[in-house]
Amino acid sequence: MSVSVGRDQAFLDAVRHIADAHAAPNADQVDREARFPAETIEALREERALSAFVPGELGGGEVSFQALASACFELGRRCGASAMVFAMHQIQVVSIVRHLQGADWFEEYLRSLAAEQRLIASATSEVGTGGDMGRSVAAVTPGEDGMCAFEKQAPTVSYGAHADDLFVTLRRGPQAEPSDQVVVLARKDQTELEPTSSWDTLGMRGTCSPGYVVRASIAPGQVLPTPFPKVSAESMVPVSHILWSHLWLGIATDAFERARAFVRAAAKRDPGTPPPVATRLSHLMSELSLLRAEVSSGLAEFLDASGEPGRERLSTMASALRVNNLKIAASEQAPRVCQGAMGVCGIMGYKNDTPFSVGRHLRDTMSAPLMLANERIHQTNASLLLIAKEV
Amino acid sequence: MTKEIRRIITEYGRLSVDITALPVDADLYQAGMTSHASIDVMLALEDHFDVEFPDGMLTRSAFESITAIEAALLKLRAEAAVR
Repeated sequence: MSVSVGRDQAFLDAVRHIADAHAAPNADQVDREARFPAETIEALREERALSAFVPGELGGGEVSFQALASACFELGRRCGASAMVFAMHQIQVVSIVRHLQGADWFEEYLRSLAAEQRLIASATSEVGTGGDMGRSVAAVTPGEDGMCAFEKQAPTVSYGAHADDLFVTLRRGPQAEPSDQVVVLARKDQTELEPTSSWDTLGMRGTCSPGYVVRASIAPGQVLPTPFPKVSAESMVPVSHILWSHLWLGIATDAFERARAFVRAAAKRDPGTPPPVATRLSHLMSELSLLRAEVSSGLAEFLDASGEPGRERLSTMASALRVNNLKIAASEQAPRVCQGAMGVCGIMGYKNDTPFSVGRHLRDTMSAPLMLANERIHQTNASLLLIAKEV
Repeated sequence: MTKEIRRIITEYGRLSVDITALPVDADLYQAGMTSHASIDVMLALEDHFDVEFPDGMLTRSAFESITAIEAALLKLRAEAAVR
């Protein structure tokens, strides 16, 4: 076994253990009380999983991107909110690791992230942009003391109150165009979060994602050297869609497993006659297979393109279309599978306190088509389709 | 060719600044061209120069300045001449 395969394996074994020992037993309470999955995140910290993707020379675990995706899947099977917090943190880590261009401040930051297991939240959406991540209102504003300040109205900041640092998109400067964006990493001791809304939602309740006015004062070195459009196309968007779709697949897989357990229990009660819902389970397996195939091919294509020198292919419109389709397809298919599982389990699935409950799974996956609204992605695709040739 | 590219950007790029004052290597996105506007520019360029940009060329950076667009068009013409 090579060193890297061994590293991935050890990391995944640890994550699987955390999923079973910490995420699963707390999942219902996290959901019911809409509270942060603190036990799971603390256990991930102890296993140094928050710096799993950071290069070894900076003190991180240097696991592969596939391993991160599998970790999202494993956590998703046990607690959707825990998986979402982990995935979002890793999206920022991957974006920084791939685009820091040797910048001193960011290398030093990754060292401290690894040493202290710091958790990064993000403020990439903004009031007044109509849900378009490619535009910002708030700007990096130079102050007199050599520092820079900004104030951003963020409609949702997942686990903002629980994070150590914040990954923020802003206009490059006060005179910059809305699309001339940079990424800033603000540390908690530099940031003030003023809550503007609550987080009492249908699902993904444990992500604790209310809105905030974010105010911070940062050093100029805290602006990532790579412009945001490049970070977005080559890393943030594809990585988000891949990690999210893996955790949605995890949630849907657990819903399917519960439906299967229900059918097996029925079959045991009445040996000799296959339970009538057994065929529904077979239908459901087809639906789950479609989801699994889409998710794994999306990952494979991203890995191929990421392995090429310059990663130029990730910047093409064909690549954007591919990854947008992954998001749309997976986010629509995952709740479909969960609803199918409820159809198999019937009232036992609908109730919140049986071994076959799939209500949380259904509610959690119903957030998928909304986080980055699919209709907006369709609008982008419609425009890209005008010019892209092979789709 | 530069003149024609400039005319197409004026018409379709929806820049927030005066293009006549813009250097050939200025970043068009920083000058306010949105992703949507850039697609209109690409369509107009294909139409005007009677070319088709292959998928590998359809990147943000290939259309980020007048110089970049000219280089892309020249490359396509050179490839067409070889065929």
